[in-house]
Amino acid sequence: MDDLLAARSQMAMSLAFHIIFAAIGIAMPFLMIIAEWRWLRTKDEIYLTLAKRWAKGAAILFAVGAVSGTVLSFELGLLWPNFMGYAGSIIGMPFSLEGFAFFTEAIFLGIYLYGWKRVPPRAHLFAGAMVALSGALSGIFVVIANAWMNAPTGFRIVDGKPVDIDPIAAMMNPAAFPQTLHMTLAAYAATGFVVAGIHAFMLLRDPHNRFHKAALAIALVVGGTTAILQPLSGDLLAKSVAKTQPVKLAAFEGQFQTEQGAPLRIGGIPDETAGVTRYAIEVPYGLSYLAYGDPSATVKGLNDFRRGELPPVAVVHVAFQVMVACGVAMMFIALWSAWRYVRARRKETWLESKWFLRALVAGGSLGFVAIETGWVVTEVGRQPWIIHGVMRTSEAVTPMPGLIIPFITFTLLYIFLAVITVWLLLRQVAASPQAPEPIAKEARLAA
Amino acid sequence: MRLETIIAGVMVASLVLYALLGGADYGGGVWDLFAFGKRAREQRVLIAEAIGPVWEANHVWLILVIVILFTAFPPAFATIATALHIPITLLLIGIVLRGTSFTFRSHDVQRDDVQRRWSLVFSIASIITPVLLGIILGAIASGTIRVENGVLSTGFFRSWLAPFPFAVGFFALALFAFLAAVYLTLETQVRELQEDFRARGLVAGVAVGLLALIVFVLAEKGAPTVRAGISRTWWALGLHIFTAVFATGAFYALWTKKYRLARVCAASQVTLILLGWAFAQFPNLVEPDITITSAAAPPITLELLLIALVLGAVLLFPSYYYLFRIFKTPQSGTRTQ
Repeated sequence: MDDLLAARSQMAMSLAFHIIFAAIGIAMPFLMIIAEWRWLRTKDEIYLTLAKRWAKGAAILFAVGAVSGTVLSFELGLLWPNFMGYAGSIIGMPFSLEGFAFFTEAIFLGIYLYGWKRVPPRAHLFAGAMVALSGALSGIFVVIANAWMNAPTGFRIVDGKPVDIDPIAAMMNPAAFPQTLHMTLAAYAATGFVVAGIHAFMLLRDPHNRFHKAALAIALVVGGTTAILQPLSGDLLAKSVAKTQPVKLAAFEGQFQTEQGAPLRIGGIPDETAGVTRYAIEVPYGLSYLAYGDPSATVKGLNDFRRGELPPVAVVHVAFQVMVACGVAMMFIALWSAWRYVRARRKETWLESKWFLRALVAGGSLGFVAIETGWVVTEVGRQPWIIHGVMRTSEAVTPMPGLIIPFITFTLLYIFLAVITVWLLLRQVAASPQAPEPIAKEARLAA
Repeated sequence: MRLETIIAGVMVASLVLYALLGGADYGGGVWDLFAFGKRAREQRVLIAEAIGPVWEANHVWLILVIVILFTAFPPAFATIATALHIPITLLLIGIVLRGTSFTFRSHDVQRDDVQRRWSLVFSIASIITPVLLGIILGAIASGTIRVENGVLSTGFFRSWLAPFPFAVGFFALALFAFLAAVYLTLETQVRELQEDFRARGLVAGVAVGLLALIVFVLAEKGAPTVRAGISRTWWALGLHIFTAVFATGAFYALWTKKYRLARVCAASQVTLILLGWAFAQFPNLVEPDITITSAAAPPITLELLLIALVLGAVLLFPSYYYLFRIFKTPQSGTRTQ
């Protein structure tokens, strides 16, 4: 493994690890405050228990997210010093704003997790709302920086150096809105589905447990609503990619030939040497219509881009297909849930179907599969560039030799953390509550 | 004052706050390792309760330092991250293990052997991380990170694998442990526990003094320009006097059990030490080739960053104050039950 590949692998692994905790960090506080708000409204203890149980699980995930996020902010320099030296003054701004959002999140998280008995209920709910809000903002700022790497704006290049820098214009890059929308919705959908999956699993074993029903309902409302909206934001993002990174769009679709009225390919395996995508189901005119709103629009094929500027097509295409498939499946599960709710005569029965619960369990992890593959699509699809059309990834990498060592070290460290985290969460899930638990004891042990 | 100087000042201020707050959380980990005697368990519980609600927020000061560094001084960040790749990587591993083991310990089985295992990871990571942080700062001050024609010419080991950065590392550790012990005397109403941490504070205070001396001696060869700044300029004398006053004050206050006074003195002492270093190194960001001005981003970036920092501070400080008021006012506490 050469150093560039090791650096890319370390970055990819760090991002793939962190994104799970980041997405949960965005969405979980929202679920928690809905539960807490329901408790304040209804005085039903079951919602308080729920908020506390979720908070307990989230505490572990937040801590792992905070430290793995720290690792990433340093890795930008450790692995890509030339990128940061070049781009820091252009795109440092959203990172700075993210710093403050993260600060707010951490402060109110402390109040939320440890302040159950120390602040009045409304102040506690407010702290939760601040965590939810600043968590979402953190994610948005970081994704804005990533969007700039896809659609760099806000500077001119003179003699290989950026001049006329405008950090605001850089933040307002054309990919910023569709990408942040897509990722934010993804965080809520993926987290909602995974939480729904867990509680559906518990309901299959214990069908009349009110606690799990309440939990499942909240998770489904959040995850389901966003899962239904997500395909729309995906369409918006794909249209933006068609404009700013046509080569990436061609890779999404395995479109090798430039074609008028290009079809939408479902599935298929791109053969990069032969320049064809085989075994795909083709929807006539689909791609031209989706990408440009015109069935007869011309889609530029990979063969007509410069050879040295193509991403690894097969990886991008397959990842894209998996992401879309997960998203579509989630949308159907969400629509099914909505239909069941509307059709249910007595509202408490809408969750009482073995097949429905089984589907939720089966679909629980789809959101995170979609997030991981989605990041593969956007990051691998940008290659060989680190800043699209401006700086190659190979130009950005550190001169440090032996990068395989930190790559292996962090991989082992993260595997260790993942195993422990999953084990601790499983232990918490297994302790399914029948009635509100003695919270005081729990809080003290947690401290 | 120039814009980039103001921003460098904010960066130093964030670093000072990281030392005073985040540093003390690491110091807590040190005393977790050295919890002994019949109140060892109570000591650990006190430390955990003191750190629990605040460590994640305190940790963000470090993120802020990094973010300001790479936004306002991108070439400096690139150079530091390249030359100090190895100690920074080790620092990150320390940060990850400290934070996660602390949280895992809280949520794992409450059986003694399991808890002890996590405690060990937590406390060792809490010791190694400040040492590495000090090594990194010492290397930056040492003048051995050289850049020629935009290319790092001094390799990946020379700048930090030397006596001076290591001395700074242990000095940082002693300071953090000292701060933590002083703060912990105010985290409990239990007299015996106060006594335990008072004794630890006195020991750490002696260690701080000894290591300060070692750092100063080693600086003659290890960081000559910074040492010249500390020992010869007009303001240096005043700074030394004040640092000495606060150091003595902190020690005296601990000795006489005036814990609030001790806290003020200890925090002031640490602040002055860091400011002394910053002034001695000014206007160099990385000794001796990269200055604040030569590394500065274009004015528009600096202006926007400054606006963001001011607005951020306006939002941040009231929330931060609220956090500390909730968890650090003794009368609201049930913590020693």
